[in-house]
Amino acid sequence: MLQLTRRAHWLAAIAFALAAVGRADVLPDDRTDLLYHHFEGGGVEVQGPSVLVRKKIGDSVSLSYQYYLDMISSASIDVVTQASKYKEQRTQQNFGVDYLHNNTLYSVGYISSIEPDYNSKTAFFNISQSLFGDLTTINFGYTGGWDIVGKADKGIVQPFRADADRRNYQVGLSQVLTRNLLLGLNFETDESEGYLHSPYRSVRYIDPTVQRGYSYEPERYPGTRTSNAASAQLKYYLPYHAALDGTYRFYSDTWGIQANTVELGYTQPAFSSWTFDGSLRYYDQSHASFYSDLFPYANAQNFLGRDRELAQFHSMTVDLGASWQFQPRWARWIQKGTVNLDVQRMLMNYQDFHNVLDPAVIPGTEPLYTLDATVMEFFISFWY
Amino acid sequence: MRRINWRTWAALAAASTLLAGCGPLQPWVKPYQREHLADPIMSFDPNPIASSYLEHVFEVREGARGASGSVGGGCGCN
Repeated sequence: MLQLTRRAHWLAAIAFALAAVGRADVLPDDRTDLLYHHFEGGGVEVQGPSVLVRKKIGDSVSLSYQYYLDMISSASIDVVTQASKYKEQRTQQNFGVDYLHNNTLYSVGYISSIEPDYNSKTAFFNISQSLFGDLTTINFGYTGGWDIVGKADKGIVQPFRADADRRNYQVGLSQVLTRNLLLGLNFETDESEGYLHSPYRSVRYIDPTVQRGYSYEPERYPGTRTSNAASAQLKYYLPYHAALDGTYRFYSDTWGIQANTVELGYTQPAFSSWTFDGSLRYYDQSHASFYSDLFPYANAQNFLGRDRELAQFHSMTVDLGASWQFQPRWARWIQKGTVNLDVQRMLMNYQDFHNVLDPAVIPGTEPLYTLDATVMEFFISFWY
Repeated sequence: MRRINWRTWAALAAASTLLAGCGPLQPWVKPYQREHLADPIMSFDPNPIASSYLEHVFEVREGARGASGSVGGGCGCN
């Protein structure tokens, strides 16, 4: 007898039904993308290249490979208050295989991420199927991750090791509603367990025995975290050849964080070879149940966190992009190419994370922290 | 973990057989009406290399993650 978890039971049942009514799906296009990315804000600068190559083998198989490099220079508020500035590199490689068989698309892949103090291995599997005359596409995916958490001091790896594992389940649906309107729905559940906090980060507590009024102790997170996220996206074709899209996502997890994401976007082709797009993204979240910017005393509760990623905050991101399409005469095997530039300005306002770099007489009354950042992607794409 | 019994599998097999016997649902948008939908500007994710990078930028700084529609999950990186 086959033993399955409740979630896998549900997924297997749906896939079983799909086999009876399913129709065609297609392989992704052959393409190569060369990208340069740059992030700067909050004392952190991250930049580097990324290359993505995808190629069909025969009519049924498509292979993909992506290389990604982060060159990190960090003097963030956490780093300068609890450690010292550092530089490091993170290298990521993605391997993927797509297999089209009997009108069903199977995708498997492996992702490796390596940095001096964190190694991550991820494997994923996805099934995609079109239904009802290709008006509906439904997909199911599973991702498993195995992380090794380390520690480095001034670039020297320390004898520290802890494990963190992840399991992720995804369900998605793409639906043609009218000749001009598309709907996308996605649902994702993530389960993490193990060492989920940072070996470097600390929380602060009121300490009247020291001059500044507070001291630090290591953070302590729960050993598990389960999250659910659901999103809906609409894309509408405007009659003068443009597109409007809107997305909403709701997120909730067992750490007490609830978050809302709303994004509105607009795409406008122009001058026969150009495409311009812009978007506005709003995000807000509540803080984790064990989060505090300043605890009343040492060891105040079972779990302690002061990571601003777990704080209450809202953010606004503005995105502008331009793309120029060309047909290279010097390489007939290339069907088309595009040159693209995207720039984002991000502003994050924290409601309960204080900027200790601007000290106050009474701990906890420092100004609230804000972060503004500029993100840029420049990339060239070829289709062949 | 929960064990699946033979009754559950039999029900699934019967449901699948019944579904296969149904007539196909007629598409309400005919193939010749889909030229707008096929336009690249109507793609949900026209540039996966850029969207996956931006998703990583947000996930590293925000508590929320997931349901972006991308296949394969995240890198699990620090």
